[in-house]
Amino acid sequence: MSSTVSPFAPQPAQRRLWQFPGGLHLPDNKLQSTGRPISPAPLPPRLILPLQQHIGAPSELLVKPGEQVLKGQQIARAKGYVSAALHAPTSGRVSAIGPHPVPHPSGLSAPCIHIETDGAEEWAELPPPLPDFEQIEAATLRERIRWAGLVGLGGAAFPSAVKLNPGPDQPIHTLILNGAECEPYITCDDMLMRERADEVIAGARVLLHILGADRCLIGVEDNKPEAIAALRRALQGAGTLPIEVVVIPTLYPSGGEKQLIRVLTGREVPSNSIPAQIGVVCHNVGTAAAAADAVLHGRPLISRVVTLTGAAMAEPQNREVLIGTPADWLIAASGGYRPELARLVLGGPMMGISLHTDGIPLTKGANCLLATSAAESPHPGPALACIRCGACARCCPVSLLPQQLYWFARARDFDRIQDYDLFDCIECGCCAYVCPSQIPLVQYYRFAKTEIWAQEEEKRKADRARRRHEARVARLERLEQERKSRLRKRKEELSEGTAPSSGTAPGAHAKKAAIEAAMRRVAEKKSAEAVAPANTAELTEAQSRKIEAVKARRRGTAQGTEPAPEPAEDGEP
Amino acid sequence: MLTAILTVTALALAFGLLLGYASARFHVEGDPIVAKIDELLPQTQCGQCGFAGCRPYAEAIASGESEINRCAPGGEATILSLADLLGRDPVPMDESLAAKVPSLAVIDEHLCIGCTLCLQACPVDAILGAAKQMHTVIASECTGCELCLPPCPVDCIRMEPIPQEIRTWRWPFPGIAGRDIGVSAAA
Amino acid sequence: MDFRALSSPHAALPSRVNQVMLDVILALAPGALAMTWYFGWGVAVNMGIAALTAVGSEALVMRWRGKPAAPVVGDLSALVTALLLGICLPPLLPWWITALGTAFAIVIVKQLYGGLGYNPFNPAMAGYVLLLISYPVQMTNWLPPSMLNTHPLGLGDTLVATFTGHLPAGLTWDSVSGATPLDEMRTRLAMHQMISEIRQSPLWGSFGARGWEWVGNWYLLGGLYLLWRRVITWQIPVSMLGALTLVAGLFWALDPQTHPFPAFHLFSGGAMLGAFFIATDPVTASTTRKGQLIYGAGIGVLVYIIRTWGGYPDAIAFSVLLMNIAAPTIDSYTQPRVFGHKGPRSD
Repeated sequence: MSSTVSPFAPQPAQRRLWQFPGGLHLPDNKLQSTGRPISPAPLPPRLILPLQQHIGAPSELLVKPGEQVLKGQQIARAKGYVSAALHAPTSGRVSAIGPHPVPHPSGLSAPCIHIETDGAEEWAELPPPLPDFEQIEAATLRERIRWAGLVGLGGAAFPSAVKLNPGPDQPIHTLILNGAECEPYITCDDMLMRERADEVIAGARVLLHILGADRCLIGVEDNKPEAIAALRRALQGAGTLPIEVVVIPTLYPSGGEKQLIRVLTGREVPSNSIPAQIGVVCHNVGTAAAAADAVLHGRPLISRVVTLTGAAMAEPQNREVLIGTPADWLIAASGGYRPELARLVLGGPMMGISLHTDGIPLTKGANCLLATSAAESPHPGPALACIRCGACARCCPVSLLPQQLYWFARARDFDRIQDYDLFDCIECGCCAYVCPSQIPLVQYYRFAKTEIWAQEEEKRKADRARRRHEARVARLERLEQERKSRLRKRKEELSEGTAPSSGTAPGAHAKKAAIEAAMRRVAEKKSAEAVAPANTAELTEAQSRKIEAVKARRRGTAQGTEPAPEPAEDGEP
Repeated sequence: MLTAILTVTALALAFGLLLGYASARFHVEGDPIVAKIDELLPQTQCGQCGFAGCRPYAEAIASGESEINRCAPGGEATILSLADLLGRDPVPMDESLAAKVPSLAVIDEHLCIGCTLCLQACPVDAILGAAKQMHTVIASECTGCELCLPPCPVDCIRMEPIPQEIRTWRWPFPGIAGRDIGVSAAA
Repeated sequence: MDFRALSSPHAALPSRVNQVMLDVILALAPGALAMTWYFGWGVAVNMGIAALTAVGSEALVMRWRGKPAAPVVGDLSALVTALLLGICLPPLLPWWITALGTAFAIVIVKQLYGGLGYNPFNPAMAGYVLLLISYPVQMTNWLPPSMLNTHPLGLGDTLVATFTGHLPAGLTWDSVSGATPLDEMRTRLAMHQMISEIRQSPLWGSFGARGWEWVGNWYLLGGLYLLWRRVITWQIPVSMLGALTLVAGLFWALDPQTHPFPAFHLFSGGAMLGAFFIATDPVTASTTRKGQLIYGAGIGVLVYIIRTWGGYPDAIAFSVLLMNIAAPTIDSYTQPRVFGHKGPRSD
């Protein structure tokens, strides 16, 4: 714990801080895993890389099974704007591309790239390092960050290049780096700041330049004195920069983006809006360090620091882990479990997801594997009735009324629950933590949110189906009208034609008869076509050969994709 | 005693007249409730309720001809929202309608002969094709109503359940199971 | 390796309903002991009868509802209701009246509405009001405090009196009972006596009624314990006692001879008990912070009004029940501004 900041260094001026409503003081449980420095995890025999490790559209494959890949080679590209690229974390062979369970509360599978590592760690050709990035245009640097597949490493995994592009009508004045790490047990950001403070500061400079912001505030909770000292030391060595390390009181969830912005700047991000709207952009310190890596060294995002902790983790520590490392392999290679294992959580105790199995890969957003014992996370038992004590509302950092949200979620009253701003809930878990009746409040809100989204999706589908049905009914009516008018016209013409007309030339009469005969043939053909299946009895030889060729081609493509659809009839959408 | 009876009778008459006047003065043409009911129905136009589509079923509910528990694709959610709209008590789904798993129709292209019978049967025109051309179901528009299955002369259409995706997964209601969201689901 | 997946939070939760209730019982203990000290064994006997009736009737109702009784009885809320009701009742009240009031409170006011958390009215106060208006004579038959009691009864005599209605030989009901200070104050004010005269009576102590003022202190201590343990928040007790003091002080300032000093109101009757233990019942009180201030103030003002111009000497029960009716409306008008929104919700 010996800080090497000189006691004669000038103390930073006391900066004004604000408060957000509610919040909880939770037991830190951080000392378990800060006892040793970050150690690189050994190379696993295989890596599993989901195509969706970020918010947005899943990445598009660039490799095929059997292909050799090199370390840092792009194996999937961003699809559309809100998406991220994916790179091979090490060299090897793509052994398969298929579904595999991924870290998600549902326990479902998603498409993944499976790589068998070859141990050679051979690098692909990387883009050139850009050490003098301050002379380079922001758009170029953004492209580099986009290429690197950078996403928010704080857990949300939002594509960083998109966040760094607020647009010309949203000027950014403050960059905030989130080093709060407010959730108990997790220490990966703490250790990163302690050991790689220079990279964090370099990242801050890169991001400052890209955003054109005036200043950077690095918010760190006061339970991390070593990290604060390390960052301040790194700042001293970097000359005069508009970067400041701001120490904030330890309070959960001060690491939430909107809460941290409030504490550091006093501004509230308007509901349903992004911080860029008030001129602020917030990134995790790990993301900043990775941005520095991408710009200064040309390296893509292929690894991250993960905390292994919990009473049932034999050797709690922080490890530098390749993306796609299977969790069970990593834990086994890091000391394994203790026998008192009860639950495995990805993330922290407040917002983490309880895993069905440890066979899932660690993705870009995986910050912590928490193996708890029954004493640490006991099963609270069945929930009792709500006693309306109001403890939940007192601790909610968004000043919501969790009680009301609970009642409406229980009643499945999805209109009223939105009146009470359900979608402002950040699912921090403070309300569920303090509830004396042990009601799983956050699960009620998650249930309500997914139900509402599903209902909206169903409504959209139903509206589309209704429109198509109405269009179809209108089309059939129109065809019916046309048919009737055609019949009427024919009747009129026939009656005109049979009436003896003086003064018409015999030639004209014959012509009319020929036309009538032709129209009758066409009408017969049409009515015959509408009822009978394809009549292949009268084909010429050339026609039969053509049909055989088409059939053969169809058989060949039938295994793969469907044949290209014909243009739709009559103006369907 | 007599005064009391006379007073109450007079009051009843007065209020009755008032109500009669109000019902005539504020009468609404047509029945806007039908449109509101129709909005709550899933628009699959499958006919399983026994009516020729969703709008006729909505009209039947409004006129009192039918109960609110006959929509199979709508399921329990539709029954609850209809009950809520109409101020009635929710009733369980009609026993004659089996619980349906959301499915999509899929045409087996090896067997399709291009007869266009299924095209004509689909109430939302979700089947693409023409006479003597291959037919295929537009998956994003198919409502799973199964009306295309009977007309097909070669029986080449089958219903495939829509697989559960992470994107559409829903958190379970913390009811009896409480916090337990289940052990490892199928891979 | 497979695990059971559970929803967050994944930590040991710090608070449980039965622990909250135990804290309340613990905080009530000093006040209960003081009441027993000053007013005899009857208080303890009442609490005992009420407790047994409450637990028994709740178990019975759960059996009728076809649900397991143990978790519901185990959350100790029925016990707290019983103890609060028991402590409010006159010491020598016949046992069947106590049992009736408790059974009504638990079965009808609480369980019939759905059990803990669903009742709109405070069960203890509703039970008290039922007994007060059904048995006005027995319910106003109090004992004088021990320092003024010429015929204190032992435990055995108390039990006999409670269960059989017979007093020890030589005593009559008139000789053992006495008016409560609030009762005495009302009667004498109605006879147009001056406050300074009334205060000469031996019933009065230094700042409130003899005996009662000390009980009030012990309730206050218990209340402070609850505040420290964060079982209750300061809004309701402070607003209730504050409003009562303000209104009483206003009228006392206007005419000190016809309106008692505010401390009298605070330390007589059930004001302290009401402020910390009864009005703060979470199920029936307002839940928002601003709402709790309004709710507590409403109770304080109503207590003064009913005590001074109403028909009953003590008004805690009625005031609490009246504000219970208002609580949902107060809640809907005092919602906090949501973080990131401009103003209060437009409902």
